[in-house]
Amino acid sequence: MKIHEYQAREIFRRAGVRVPDGDAVSTPAEARRTAERIGVPVMVKAQVHVGGRGKAGGIRYVPNLDDVERVASDVLGMQIKGLPVKTVLVSKAIDIATEAYVGMILDREERRLTFLVSPAGGVDIEEVARTSPEKIFRFTVDPNVGFRPYAARWLASRLYDDPRLVKEAAAILLKMYDAFLACDASLAEINPLVTTPSGEVWAIDSKINIDDSGLFRRKEIEAMRDLDAEAPAETLARENNLSYVPLDGNIGCVVNGAGLAMTTMDVIKHFGGEPANFLDIGGSSSPDKVVAALDIITSDSKVRAVLFNIFGGITRCDDVAVGIRTAFERRSTQLPIVIRLTGTNEKRAKEILEEAGYTTLTDMDDAVREVVALAEKGGRS
Amino acid sequence: MSILVDKKTRLVVQGITGRDGSFHAREMIAYGTNIVAGVTPGKGGERFDGIPVFDTVREAVEKARANASVIFVPPAFATDAMYEAIEAGIKTIVCISEGIPALDMIGVYDTMRREGVRLIGPNCPGVISPGKAKVGIMPGPIHKKGPVGVVSRSGTLTYEVVASLMRVGLGQSTCIGIGGDPIVGSTFLDLLPLFEADPETEGIVLIGEIGGMEEERAAAYIAKHMTKPVVAFIAGRTAPPGKRMGHAGAIIAGGKGTAEEKIAALKKARIPVAKLPSEIGPLMKKALEKKPSKKTAKAAPKKGAARAKKAAPKTKTAAKKGAPKPRAARKPAAKGKKPRSRKR
Repeated sequence: MKIHEYQAREIFRRAGVRVPDGDAVSTPAEARRTAERIGVPVMVKAQVHVGGRGKAGGIRYVPNLDDVERVASDVLGMQIKGLPVKTVLVSKAIDIATEAYVGMILDREERRLTFLVSPAGGVDIEEVARTSPEKIFRFTVDPNVGFRPYAARWLASRLYDDPRLVKEAAAILLKMYDAFLACDASLAEINPLVTTPSGEVWAIDSKINIDDSGLFRRKEIEAMRDLDAEAPAETLARENNLSYVPLDGNIGCVVNGAGLAMTTMDVIKHFGGEPANFLDIGGSSSPDKVVAALDIITSDSKVRAVLFNIFGGITRCDDVAVGIRTAFERRSTQLPIVIRLTGTNEKRAKEILEEAGYTTLTDMDDAVREVVALAEKGGRS
Repeated sequence: MSILVDKKTRLVVQGITGRDGSFHAREMIAYGTNIVAGVTPGKGGERFDGIPVFDTVREAVEKARANASVIFVPPAFATDAMYEAIEAGIKTIVCISEGIPALDMIGVYDTMRREGVRLIGPNCPGVISPGKAKVGIMPGPIHKKGPVGVVSRSGTLTYEVVASLMRVGLGQSTCIGIGGDPIVGSTFLDLLPLFEADPETEGIVLIGEIGGMEEERAAAYIAKHMTKPVVAFIAGRTAPPGKRMGHAGAIIAGGKGTAEEKIAALKKARIPVAKLPSEIGPLMKKALEKKPSKKTAKAAPKKGAARAKKAAPKTKTAAKKGAPKPRAARKPAAKGKKPRSRKR
């Protein structure tokens, strides 16, 4: 799960990292009130779940109090990469002497946590990694040892020469580690971590991604979820425990199992079609899930045909068949449907669906060819 | 032969009285798996279909001589269940549970490696050696005993591939779902050497997907160390970057972990990559037919290895238990030297 910058900086602030004063607001008037409270100059920063906010004009420097409302109003009306800006962070602007990058990732190659720091901060770190990898320093944490002060000092001394700054940055890294563990993060970044001309260290921009699997024990993080940031179909999918990713094509897919769902998309493409989505209904085959899946797919106006691709294992095909039948009883649709079922209780499933007037296929390739042809014909008018 | 689980497996089911645990315990028993114990804290002394239930894994080991475990407990308790099994001395653990926090898996992974434990999963369908034992949730009847080893990051996609193998008459020695999480106990690299060393396995199907670098590592390993033919499939060619495709580990992050890179790495290692799951069966059949010269060349060492293992089953298990994976991995590599030169 992604959380917004203002939420991430609050996590860091509570952990003891120095962040500039400010508020997240949703109206220009509130933006002005915050600016009055903290004093100009301020930064007005769009809070959306995409990178490149600065380049898109979503991060503005405002030196005069009288301009805050106008700028906030501008940014609040923006769309960044298709996402409307509904919240802005109004934050005290800080004098910058140097900019560094500090980050922490769940390093799947090492199966450990890894710190990445670079004195070349303030820019896209992946770009730094490509162009000047020698400016990036890594430290992978041994889970038996933990992240110790010596390691923090070593990393901090890659960033600064001044012992005072090294000490301060090392303290920030240790606090970052604690915060990472405390919220089940999968990624945490401060970019940039700045020094001021007077020698203070501040976290100017904060980012934290959360491991979805950790959310069950992090209720306070789950409460940070921004429902405005996801499409209604995505919310519906999540509430029904369906894995759903919308795509650009016109063939809706309902599949059991993530690997098979991905493969179904690939096979559709292979036979000349375009998948409209990834959708895994998982191991369960309750009618409610199938209804929710159908609602999600039919809410996408691009969809011209629907493919069910079920390989019954422990999920029994007859259960899914009942689910499909019930779903269509509750939700009528004009879309052409192709149903592929094979595996456990396949015969019974086919009987159920044929009685209800649906034909079924056994072979995935055949089913995909058919749905591609139907989608090409235009499906619903 | 087969790998990881067979007729000698004495399985303890952790979470045997739960909804999933009880259902799949019965399915596994019906398949012929030797389940010797169940564990549910607080229900020690009860029986499940005649199988003794214990409060702890330690008791299951001491009283029922369990030597493998399968875990069906909710994610909030699964980390604890894995540590308990490791602590009790179980060396083969299969964790089915989905949704275990990655931070927990860092610790579990580190511990199992140090203790010389083989962990399959979490978030996986488990392991089946057709005709011998099923330790997991895959449908038994779609499988048949045979010469092909299957190792996969997926569940139902594996069934699809198995169906393709069956259409050309190819059964399986062992099928392993390694799990869809970013950190799993065993990867391709850990399991390929076992298939290479298994006399019953003649060819291997590797099913990968987007995310991580394990397929690239596997490709490099296969090119260097494997003599048996490998056929691959990679799911997610059409997956958009930055989106989690169902599995926690199936994500193209920072432009890395794409299907294209993986397919390129496999092809570079001269591993045929199927475009469709239905092509796997024919490709494997072709690969197995293509190596008659290899077969004769390899017949001698193969038989020898089989005989040696049959003669000393106890030492074999002991060695298996004691030997950490990297060492086990190197053995077939040394053996594979001659065939490697033949490949060129």
